[in-house]
Amino acid sequence: MIGLTNYLTVAAILFTIGVFGIFVNRKNVIIILMSIELILLAVNINLVAFSVYLHDVVGQIFAMFVLTVAAAEAAVGLAILVTFFRNRGDIAVDDASVMKG
Amino acid sequence: MTLADLNLVRPELILAVGALLLLLVGAFRGKGGPVFDLAAMLVLAVAGAAAVTGDQGRAFAGGVVVDNLSTFAKVAIYAASALAIPLGGGWLRARGDDKFEFAILVLLAALGMGMMVSAGDLISLYIGIELHSLALYVLAAFRRDDAKSSEAGLKYFVLGALSSGLLLYGASLIYGFAGSTHFDVIAASVQGQAHTGVLFGLIFLISGLAFKVSAAPFHMWTPDVYEGAPTPVVGFFAGAPKLAAMVLLARALSEGFGAAIGQWQQVIVVIALLSVFVGAFAGLAQKNLKRLWAYSSIANIGYALLGLAAGGESGMQAMLMFMVLYLIDVTGFFACLSALRRDGKPMETIDDMAGLFRERPGLALAITAFSLSALGLPPFSGFFAKFFVFKAALGAGLVWPAVLGLVGSVVAAFYYLRLIKVMWFDPAPGAVEKPPATAMAIALTAALFAFPVVLIALAWLEPLALAASAAFG
Repeated sequence: MIGLTNYLTVAAILFTIGVFGIFVNRKNVIIILMSIELILLAVNINLVAFSVYLHDVVGQIFAMFVLTVAAAEAAVGLAILVTFFRNRGDIAVDDASVMKG
Repeated sequence: MTLADLNLVRPELILAVGALLLLLVGAFRGKGGPVFDLAAMLVLAVAGAAAVTGDQGRAFAGGVVVDNLSTFAKVAIYAASALAIPLGGGWLRARGDDKFEFAILVLLAALGMGMMVSAGDLISLYIGIELHSLALYVLAAFRRDDAKSSEAGLKYFVLGALSSGLLLYGASLIYGFAGSTHFDVIAASVQGQAHTGVLFGLIFLISGLAFKVSAAPFHMWTPDVYEGAPTPVVGFFAGAPKLAAMVLLARALSEGFGAAIGQWQQVIVVIALLSVFVGAFAGLAQKNLKRLWAYSSIANIGYALLGLAAGGESGMQAMLMFMVLYLIDVTGFFACLSALRRDGKPMETIDDMAGLFRERPGLALAITAFSLSALGLPPFSGFFAKFFVFKAALGAGLVWPAVLGLVGSVVAAFYYLRLIKVMWFDPAPGAVEKPPATAMAIALTAALFAFPVVLIALAWLEPLALAASAAFG
């Protein structure tokens, strides 16, 4: 029987992978965007699992909002990434250091 | 959803409809211009008037709270946004970047910030934060052809999205273990012994919001973003969004977790003191003025958080007054900075400011006033701001944090005084260009407020802030 704990564990693992993906990754900004999506996915799993567990629909409504905002966020992020690429010619994280400190 | 609900969110409706209509107009005209900016400012003014005259209460099943606190914060936010539009618009036009989207993005950011200060549950909290963050990411990267600006936008986006993720994960845990997204139900569930899951979620929530107000140890994005983003935009997002996020944090902590104050008070005190010291010591090494003021803003957020940690009515009042007075300071300072150019290049380092007093005494005096005010020297506005914070902290028994805060403020005095010394006594290397009239007007008005006007303004700001914080007694 798969219970609430199993879902929460999967979500916690996904969340951790996402956070590490942002900090450890030194190669590519696209990977950072994917990590952000992973974090939001973990949140959605949490919300839906809790929603079922609590017999309360609010969690699923929340998950819908998160999905919508995540789409908008990805659009804005990719748009900024495109201007960054146009100015720089590549999207390596290590090169994002005109400013230091 | 009833008409009564919609009636309560009138300011938000005005802003949303106004922004969309202006977007249509802009799309057909293809360019902005002073008249377009004026129309956007008018929308903000009407929304502000609607906020002041509108009814109070709870709408959408408690998701939106309209009270004295939200009205107070909304007026300050809309006013700061209305100033940012002509300042930024004029600055961009002077650089051949006449885009109507600037005013629209500021309107949408103001809408999001207004939602943040009215949030009554975790969903409206999240929607408000994302609405203003997404607009601010684009504003930071607004100069598309500038490598620094797009890098600032990218860094702001990545760290901002991470902070939203942390906040959201915390929100999901709070929802699951408290059983609801509404602050009042959460408050009932943390009465007595709070569930570990809820406290775990609270820590994530505080971390996410600490990112948004750039409090240490979540401050690392601030200097880079401030340095790279267009100067008037920095003036905008150093002020209003932080006020909104602080009010949101205050509301979430006191309405949702008021009973668990023992659990979050120490966390907030630690974050506050870390911010004060990181801001004071890291600022010493900075040569670029935008970076310097980034660290200065980190330190100042520390003081505001100290007021918040004091809790209760006086702590909330101190935090609100601190944020409003600081908002006027940064707006004025960045208006000065955006107005200054020497030999066709923006003046951004401390050394660039050499001899400013001889060439532009008005602007030099204004920058001096803002620096002394941020330092907290009497009789400038920053002194009164810090005075209220320390009074509230001492009243709540936070003696050591208050003493350490004072020490940090003494350390930070060094960099403000160095800036003033360079402006007043060092020889000038070249001629400063004539500053634009709008920026001059905003800078001088803010400077007048920082010294003599503040003495009169305090007489009405104090009772207003007290009324706004009465709900948290």
